[in-house]
Amino acid sequence: MDSAFIPEGVKRCPFPQFLAGLGLAGVVLAWGIFAMLLCWLKGLNQTNMNDSYGFALWIWADLAVIALGGGAFFSGFLKYIVGKDELKNIINFAVLIGFICYSSALLILAIDIGQPLRGWFIFWHANVHSMLTEVAFCLSCYFGVLTIEYIPLILENRQIDKIPFFHNLSHNMHEVMAVFAATGAFLSFFHQGSLGGIAGVLFGRPFAYREGLLVWPWTFFLFTWSAAAYGPCFTIFLIKLLEKITGKKLVKDNVIDLLAKISGWMIFTYIFAKIIDTWYWAVVTVQSKGQTLMDFYDDNMFYGLWILVAEIVVGGIFPALILLTKKGRNSASLLWAAVILACLGVCINRWVMVLQVMAIPVLPFEDWALYYPSWQEIATTILPVAYGVILVMISYRYLPIFPQEKELNPIESH
Amino acid sequence: MTQEYRKEKKYGMVIDLDRCTGCGACMVACMAENNVPFRDNETDKLKSITWMRIYQLTNGKSYPNEEICYLPRPCMHCEGHNGHSPCVTVCPAVATDYDRETGIVSQIPTRCFGCRYCMAACPYHARYFNWWDPVWPEGMEKSLSPNVSPRMRGVVEKCSFCFHRYQLAYEKAASEDRRELRENEYQTSCTQACPAGAITFGDLINKNHAVYKIKKDPRAFRLLERLKTNPKIYYLSSREWVRRAGDNYHPEEETGKIKSHQ
Repeated sequence: MDSAFIPEGVKRCPFPQFLAGLGLAGVVLAWGIFAMLLCWLKGLNQTNMNDSYGFALWIWADLAVIALGGGAFFSGFLKYIVGKDELKNIINFAVLIGFICYSSALLILAIDIGQPLRGWFIFWHANVHSMLTEVAFCLSCYFGVLTIEYIPLILENRQIDKIPFFHNLSHNMHEVMAVFAATGAFLSFFHQGSLGGIAGVLFGRPFAYREGLLVWPWTFFLFTWSAAAYGPCFTIFLIKLLEKITGKKLVKDNVIDLLAKISGWMIFTYIFAKIIDTWYWAVVTVQSKGQTLMDFYDDNMFYGLWILVAEIVVGGIFPALILLTKKGRNSASLLWAAVILACLGVCINRWVMVLQVMAIPVLPFEDWALYYPSWQEIATTILPVAYGVILVMISYRYLPIFPQEKELNPIESH
Repeated sequence: MTQEYRKEKKYGMVIDLDRCTGCGACMVACMAENNVPFRDNETDKLKSITWMRIYQLTNGKSYPNEEICYLPRPCMHCEGHNGHSPCVTVCPAVATDYDRETGIVSQIPTRCFGCRYCMAACPYHARYFNWWDPVWPEGMEKSLSPNVSPRMRGVVEKCSFCFHRYQLAYEKAASEDRRELRENEYQTSCTQACPAGAITFGDLINKNHAVYKIKKDPRAFRLLERLKTNPKIYYLSSREWVRRAGDNYHPEEETGKIKSHQ
């Protein structure tokens, strides 16, 4: 039915099956949109946030998707700036995932603010000293860059490509893509960093506060580093997941191996820096505030020391060691384990830097504040996942996302 | 230019915890004065707006050795280092500001778009979000203060040291061709409402104001001084465990020896 739009030389599932899949994701999307409208029309009283938990599930989801979407800028940086040409086979997908993650992040922010119609104040009345201002500017600009990177991919659709103007536009955009990749890497450095800075500058919150370099707390650099390190793992995870779902090999092993190896080194160096940061914070920063490390972990069922171990050891050291060894990268099960643990590791880090910061009492006579999200918060957090699934489904079906697919899956002629 | 006309001030409070009975008159006065909204059901205190909030502190001992202390907590109007209060620097839209003329940390509800970053930054939980639009019981609109605009849903609010009173007092002084206010011309509603006289308000750097002298009392301490928030609320307590409850201390540390901005 839609075969004229499907890239040449590849096979896709029957159209009704595709529609059924879209419908399923569409139901979840509709649920999320309903919750989103409730939040916009009735206000944030639809959430379980409160005056202790001004930042909650959404901000975590925001930080997490931006970290996981870091595969886009780092893959672009590696291909166009460092010159790792093999990554051209993965860059389309990385850009698509980045586009989904960043558009989701912007949507989440639009739902999260109490007065959505005043969202533009952040640009118009910008406070240049606020890390959030830096986030808003860099995030919006980088989303623009991702859109520019995604457009040539859309233009490569079989039917659109037949129109000479779009064909030439796509070709010319590809020619200058290195400029956008460099711009994207530059912008990403700052917005990933400023997201880290959001927590790091809170000198009234000893759990989050970090010293640093000039105006940037150490979390600024750690967030950028971790996004570059863990983002490619999310890209690999999704490729492997897509291969499972489609039952096809989509990217050659050497490409995955290269990205996994680079990611392994990045995680290894990052986690080394993170350990030093944690150690310095625990023995110097926290002590100077009259507290000890265990003040932040001991007195609570949920935020025990296990979360620090899960983040650094299970979600950091383990995946790094697996990805650094050839044996680990070549073993399908170990590679799966590494990328899943890595994604969990960075998500735990973002969770800790948002929700644990809010949970910990600062005044000695206050108690821990725990919170659970309302269904509206959960639905609006799942909304971007459903939206992402739909966009991946449509892009995979109609656009040449994986250049090696045709070669890896030749269609037998009868 | 303002320096030519008015001296820099740092308005602040000294709250004598030895005198405070925890009666809550300061809270009530604050809510009435500033049109602070409330709901039918206020059981969820994490969503209640109380610019002035009274904490009940205990010494952790059981009867008959248990002791209670009530600690009123308005906004601390932190100066931080050179005006860099924890909440002011983080606001992305300049909806809150450190006024160098008065030392008051302002909040501009019409500028605020409700990101709540300032709430995350404030270690005192002195900032409140309007989760709902204010709804007043029938007829109560008529008794609202005309000097303070009620805030709408989706924005942050907090104690302003009754800034409208400062403006009114200053207008009056200006009409009398005076550039400076007398101590009693500008007082917050909580100060005036306290039946025990536990709250003293004034300019912390004006030698003629009572707070200038009282803050030097050996019983004086501030909350979370070692975070370098540099708050303008001083507390007085003759009880060591109360002073110790004002900040985080290692077991071997003594109170009153923390170096911080003054």
